[in-house]
Amino acid sequence: MLQVLIFLAVFIAVIFPMGKYLYHIALGQRTFADPVFDRMDNVIYRICGIDRKEMNWKQYAIAMLATNAIMVFVGYLILRIQSLPILNPNGIGSMESSLSFNTIISFITNTNLQHYSGESGLSYMSQMLVIIFMMFTSAATGFSVAIAAIRGFAGKTKTMGNFYADLVRITTRVLLPLSFMIGLVLVSQGVVQNLSPNTTVQTIEGKFQDIAMGPIAALESIKHLGTNGGGFLGANSTTPFENPNILTNMIEMLSMMILPGACVVMFGLMVRSRKKETERGIEKKRVLFGSEAKPIFAVMLIIFVVGIAVCFGAEQAGNPALEKAGLSQSMGNMEGKEMRFGIAQSSLFTTVTTAFTTGSINNMHDTLTPLGGIVPLMNMMLNLVFGGKGVGLMNMILYVILTVFICGLMVGRTPEYLAKKIEGKEMKLTALGIIIHPLLILAFSALALAVPAGLAGITNSGHHGLTQVVYEYASSAANNGSGFEGLADNTYFWNITTGLVMFFGRYLSIIISLAIASSLMLKQPVSESIGTLRTNTRTFTISLLMVIIIIAALTFFPALVLGPIAEHMNLWS
Amino acid sequence: MSSFLKGIKKPFLVTIALLLICGVVYPLLLTGISQIILPKQANGSMIIINGQSVGSELVGQDFSDARFMKGRPSAVNYNTYTQKDKESGDYTGVGSGSKNYAPTNPDLVKRVEADIAEFLKANTSVKKQDIPTDLLTASGSGLDPHISPAAASVQIPALVKTTGLSKETLEGIVEANTEDKFLGFFGEETVNVLMVNLDIAKKLGLLK
Repeated sequence: MLQVLIFLAVFIAVIFPMGKYLYHIALGQRTFADPVFDRMDNVIYRICGIDRKEMNWKQYAIAMLATNAIMVFVGYLILRIQSLPILNPNGIGSMESSLSFNTIISFITNTNLQHYSGESGLSYMSQMLVIIFMMFTSAATGFSVAIAAIRGFAGKTKTMGNFYADLVRITTRVLLPLSFMIGLVLVSQGVVQNLSPNTTVQTIEGKFQDIAMGPIAALESIKHLGTNGGGFLGANSTTPFENPNILTNMIEMLSMMILPGACVVMFGLMVRSRKKETERGIEKKRVLFGSEAKPIFAVMLIIFVVGIAVCFGAEQAGNPALEKAGLSQSMGNMEGKEMRFGIAQSSLFTTVTTAFTTGSINNMHDTLTPLGGIVPLMNMMLNLVFGGKGVGLMNMILYVILTVFICGLMVGRTPEYLAKKIEGKEMKLTALGIIIHPLLILAFSALALAVPAGLAGITNSGHHGLTQVVYEYASSAANNGSGFEGLADNTYFWNITTGLVMFFGRYLSIIISLAIASSLMLKQPVSESIGTLRTNTRTFTISLLMVIIIIAALTFFPALVLGPIAEHMNLWS
Repeated sequence: MSSFLKGIKKPFLVTIALLLICGVVYPLLLTGISQIILPKQANGSMIIINGQSVGSELVGQDFSDARFMKGRPSAVNYNTYTQKDKESGDYTGVGSGSKNYAPTNPDLVKRVEADIAEFLKANTSVKKQDIPTDLLTASGSGLDPHISPAAASVQIPALVKTTGLSKETLEGIVEANTEDKFLGFFGEETVNVLMVNLDIAKKLGLLK
């Protein structure tokens, strides 16, 4: 466990400088790298005719939707014509239409659910022009929206910023330079980066072996930085060419954690009311955390650490069915795991990739023990344990508003958050935002279990089959993209339904977040009084955690009991 | 209509600009620089013997010769195949992954039981409970190049018989191809099966 603790310490150490940098980017303040990036951005602004005019929330949302729609159109076109002999040394054919639909929705929504296998499904042209491209833009889109919403919550302006400028700034100043550096480090460790066709070697036994090639490192770095998660190769980050050793494993985990973690820090800094803190005399030269971000960060970290502990414990305990068959399980449940990662780094990766909604895998989640598999499932059902690029933070803020409201009712205080009154309109939107996620997961799971086309996908019998279905939709709705990969999901039914779930899971929650932020932004601030419920206290942190647990239990407990918990009982009986 | 066109002009231009920067310039630039400063790694860390590549340091291989050490079971057979497999359609092209057997899946138990029986037949001096777990469970990628040190040493008595090499020589080979934990405590100790077998082949004079 020592390696896990040290890893977490490194994580916490890196998010503060990163959060500060993001804060400067979000507010358009000066940073050390401006001389280079200003020039680059200005060229892009000029070519695209971006005037950097401030937008209200509707304009911002429409600009976001229009840009995403055009990206979908362009990407779909490329997938359908990828058989052309451009950057296609392996002679890959065009992608079938329902699979193209699913793939394009999957990548534009930052989900990266893959119903194809990279080696045989995509040409290098598609990998670059569709997959890598969308990994950048979907991450930058999510991030832009989060920044806009935080501007709203901070309430220091009356507008949300300019979507195009945000999109470009985040891509050029955060994602591109980081991806490039991390990509180079990954190559140095053995991640492949070339445009050569797959090679065939003759082994020392005289047999042949095919080895997949391609621009893997370029995809690998943005895949994690952008919390995307779609692998270049079918088996994702389990494969040696995507994740050759323990160092790359930790770099990949850190790259998916750094931006969502830093997002919370950025939030704290952005909503911090400087005036109030000066009055109290706690103005320091360097503020690490805004006090409003503390409860949010604490709750995320608690759920995250509990997840790691449960997953590690369950995997270390091994599989009693194999023990019975005579195979010693002292090493833990090694089926579906790589030897170089072992139980500790595999369960850590599993927890990280689902908490931060990346969805890349370094072991097969379908082969996890039932309780080990509950952890990724719960992380996706909650969808707020850090979460992807700002989206997890937005979900968490919905719960914060709900908690403020519930606590306000209990103690008879006016519900206020960040000095703005929470009223009927915000509460309706919040309730809608919270309910959409379980509704999508459970309703579509029920549909899949009711029709033969859905049932046909299940490959593991019994309770585990139910878990496969629920996992697939939880992963889609949370825009995670990992899977219980045994599910035979490249069919019309699965391609279309998961496509819809990903679409609504992404855009509805984004629009609702923007709407709430805007509604609060436009209100008159109320001054803090004795009747104000403080949202930066320990009591509030505990209330927030309880509200999350209660809502999650009410919505998902029945599905969990019938799936993994029943499977666990069977396995250990 | 013209207002619609005007409306989508900006999103369209932004899309094209980002497509070129992120989808073309970035991957090509990274490819160029990697090929110049890290050509070996960027091309798959291939092992070249007498001008011929025999595999990659990072990717496992399937071994059936009794004189070679065995790796973990693979759902894709390490993308290793014979001409016959290809012609009969048993090998369908390069891939990766596992069979995704749930812990409760009866097929998992069946596979493991069959593998235990086969392993005990080849390694007569080994007791059933001494077989390390990793050796008979499939990796996630199907390309895992490693086994645990325990899984390597449990195969040594049988290898002594088949290769005619001494126990010490074989232990030396395994030792030389064992990688420690990163910085002493991150990850696991691993033995690279392909590298072990290359050394065995060298000792036996199989590589000309």
